[in-house]
Amino acid sequence: MRPENYNPVQHPPSHEYELYFGPNHPGIEGNYAIRVRLNGDLIQEAITDGGYLHRGFEKLMEQRLWIQNIALVPRICVPDPVPMEEAYARAVEALGGLEVPERAQWIRAMMLEMSRICAHLFTFGGNAATIGLYTNMFWGITMRDLFLDIFEEITGARIYHMYITPGGVRRDLPAGALDRLETVIEELERRTPEFEDLFFDSAVVIKRARGVGVISLENALAWGVTGPNLRASGMPSDVRRDDPYLVYPDIEFDVPTEIEGDALARLRVRQAEVTQSVRILRQVIERLRMIEGPVRCPLPNPLAWNIPAGEAYTRVESSKGEVGFFAVSDGGPKPYRVHVRGPSQMHAVQVLERVLKGSRLEDIAQIMFSLDACPPEVDR
Amino acid sequence: MDVTPKYKGSFVKPLKALSHLFREPVTLPMVPRPASDVYRGFHVNDWEACVGCGTCRQICDNAAIRMVRIPGLPDEPAKGIKPRRPAIDYGRCCWCALCVDICPTGSLSLSREYIHVSPDVNTYFILPDEKGMHGLNFPKGWAKSDDSDLLDLGRQEMPALEAEARGDNFGEIVHGYDEQAAILEASRCIQCGMCHEACPAHMHAPEYIRAIWDGDKERAVREIYRTNPFPEVCGRVCTHRCETACSIGRRGAPIAIRWLKRYAMAVVDDARVRDIALEGMAEARTGRSVGIVGAGPAGLTAAFDLAKLGHDVTVYEAKPEPGGMMRYGIPEYRLPYDRLDADIAVIRAAGADIRCDSPIGPDLPMAGLRETHDAVMLASGLGLGRSTRVPGTDHSEVRSAVDLLDSITRGESIRVPRAAVVIGGGNVAFDIARSLARLQKRTHGRVDMTLVALEERDHMLADEDEVVEAQEEGVVVINGRGPKEVVKGGTFGRGLRGLETVRCLSIFDGEGRFHPRYDEDDVILHEADMVIEAIGQASDTGYLGEELTEALEWQRGRIKIDPDGATSVSGLWAAGDMVEGPDVIHAVAAGHRVAASIHRFLGGGTTTAEAAE
Repeated sequence: MRPENYNPVQHPPSHEYELYFGPNHPGIEGNYAIRVRLNGDLIQEAITDGGYLHRGFEKLMEQRLWIQNIALVPRICVPDPVPMEEAYARAVEALGGLEVPERAQWIRAMMLEMSRICAHLFTFGGNAATIGLYTNMFWGITMRDLFLDIFEEITGARIYHMYITPGGVRRDLPAGALDRLETVIEELERRTPEFEDLFFDSAVVIKRARGVGVISLENALAWGVTGPNLRASGMPSDVRRDDPYLVYPDIEFDVPTEIEGDALARLRVRQAEVTQSVRILRQVIERLRMIEGPVRCPLPNPLAWNIPAGEAYTRVESSKGEVGFFAVSDGGPKPYRVHVRGPSQMHAVQVLERVLKGSRLEDIAQIMFSLDACPPEVDR
Repeated sequence: MDVTPKYKGSFVKPLKALSHLFREPVTLPMVPRPASDVYRGFHVNDWEACVGCGTCRQICDNAAIRMVRIPGLPDEPAKGIKPRRPAIDYGRCCWCALCVDICPTGSLSLSREYIHVSPDVNTYFILPDEKGMHGLNFPKGWAKSDDSDLLDLGRQEMPALEAEARGDNFGEIVHGYDEQAAILEASRCIQCGMCHEACPAHMHAPEYIRAIWDGDKERAVREIYRTNPFPEVCGRVCTHRCETACSIGRRGAPIAIRWLKRYAMAVVDDARVRDIALEGMAEARTGRSVGIVGAGPAGLTAAFDLAKLGHDVTVYEAKPEPGGMMRYGIPEYRLPYDRLDADIAVIRAAGADIRCDSPIGPDLPMAGLRETHDAVMLASGLGLGRSTRVPGTDHSEVRSAVDLLDSITRGESIRVPRAAVVIGGGNVAFDIARSLARLQKRTHGRVDMTLVALEERDHMLADEDEVVEAQEEGVVVINGRGPKEVVKGGTFGRGLRGLETVRCLSIFDGEGRFHPRYDEDDVILHEADMVIEAIGQASDTGYLGEELTEALEWQRGRIKIDPDGATSVSGLWAAGDMVEGPDVIHAVAAGHRVAASIHRFLGGGTTTAEAAE
């Protein structure tokens, strides 16, 4: 017998249903969910549901000494941690009036580009996996691992390097590191045609990615899209070019763009960017062989280091878009406030919600991947 | 949509990947991969080098490090060694290695070991030693390097008079830090607290250094006065045990704690210092009275404490001015008298009645003193010079260093020798050598001063600064020789020809007692018309009277005291050089102890100085 107070949910007379998509993996697309309302396999509405990875970085940073935060910032973005270190370090340098020695600037540029290549290789692999092409994923991860070896050799850590510090980098390159980096670059270039055969020229990939998740340039600008995603919509915008930092004015590189603004265009932009990063790395290696000197300016005792009151905004072009750090000092030993502007915040929330509308169920993962949104960085 | 052929894609090309079926997987060979040379794996800590300062704990951004007390490890506060070692909680550690970069000793490193698997959470909390987490002796990974060192090991230079400018006058040599230098020097401090433990008076050095760095000079003075009523003196002539223990000194120059104290005292004006020093004065007088014999650092420290606690304190000083050895021993170029007066003025302002020219003796007998006062403290110091008693020391031109220094302070006219030899290698020997050298320069236009020490150059008893500065001023330091005979002769046979010395083979005997052996064949005559003995001092306790001397317990010629400074006679305490020595800061510490003991004896509770410890 049915209890008196039991009222079954009244469904509207339609074919619509709701699907809870994710959260599944604590990696790059994981710990992040989307509530999707579907009609058949057509998405009527998508509402992003983050917060699974919220660690309170910005508040934590207020509790720590300026130097201690170098251990915290790379953890904001797992696949691409170096831009976080760079942006934070540069904010502290701007506030504290520190001058980064030339050699350190080149080393930092090298780290940034290596990190960009790693992140893109990771994304290619992940993107392929979302459409069922697992071989590519293994290849991407394998190739990335070779770069991680170089990171480990230079910084002592594979993922969270904690290497860039206000005033420079924490230690000089070990002997022979540049040679081994060159070997890895050559290996990457040797493998590139195989990647193209397997992935970028694959009819499956192109058919699945073309016309999917289109962002028009107008929408891209309105929604705060930056980085490769904006360039895929036709806007040649790049912080390294528009607001140069470190030694980028001395480096030759192109800003690749596409115009379609779909998942394929975003893949293509990233593919071209890896080539550009390799080009940058070769120039950096050449310069680092000539430039000698200190890799860090003298820092005050980190336990007694008050940064003059003021505020600074610094931005860095990460593999995902523009990373910005807004740091405020009240003259004390700890930041008064640090705000992080992560590119994935826009890409994974407002852009994704809008782009998914009208797309199909099987494309959700692929669209999210093509936007290269990093949930740990969304939540912070 | 127009589609260029390039974008059409191919179904065949991906099949090329099948060729990998016949290649070896990248995961082979399946052997553990050695970590890189700077890998940040589990910690290793060289326990021999580690001093337990806890700086790693301070820098740790995840509070992953805890300092654990280890029974059986050396506990030597004077050397800056604490019996504790860092333990790491790998549930919290993020392997940033800031602990390694800041480690003052360089004992802490990260190893190339990176695998630990266990269902037991307790195994993730470890006390690293040099063998590593699992005792497997993995090589070091991220270790101390010049690039990554986060400590500033260089000291701010102290501006001082050049040898030329100071050679013929008693002007103070050291100028003191300016604000910028003081703040930079203070900023080097890592607040480990080794100095606090090492200081005999347990001064709050980390606190006042931090206050100086904060720019809060009055707070610095307040912290200083918690434990030391002679900051102007100690800011100049302290033997700075704190700096010996300083963790930064393990690999670099220790923080100039003494100069920072001096800076704090110099930038706050005397009236304000007095107000700060007298904060916490007892509002009500207790009506009990304490008599103190001797206005040196021990006596005056106790007087200051007791006066602040509300007791009536009278200090009896035999000499015309208070200060004891700080005035009549230490030359003016090291400690200007007006700065000593500033410290004493604060003590007087606290209510201590300092009566100079009041020797205990027939006019003011000890017995009367003990009747007048509820408690009596003896702090009369070491006023008598010791003699080497080698042949010829009975000559009138063989003088004792303390007597000469006393005369110089009093401004008495003394005969300035054309050439002099000082016997002794301690600070007093250098004080008299350098003082006389100044007078020689002034009177005769040239310095002819020889200092003969038993010890070799590396083991001199005097501070290194003293030796170097004396040599700059023209004092010839001869090491490893002992006196043999004072040779008479010279003008009309009444003066001196000089001092004969012999080479010293060893200073101590097998049991560690002072018993020098000489090579009697290696004799040198140092020509001089005055020989000064500076080999130590003795206490003059004749004023105690026979009865009291009988009643007191003695130990190796000194009055026996308990840890509080109380003698075997009730109501009588003793402190300072006459029972312990060897310097101002020890006397200050003893003064605090005695004051606390007297306060308890008079019915008071715990003193603020004790509470501060």
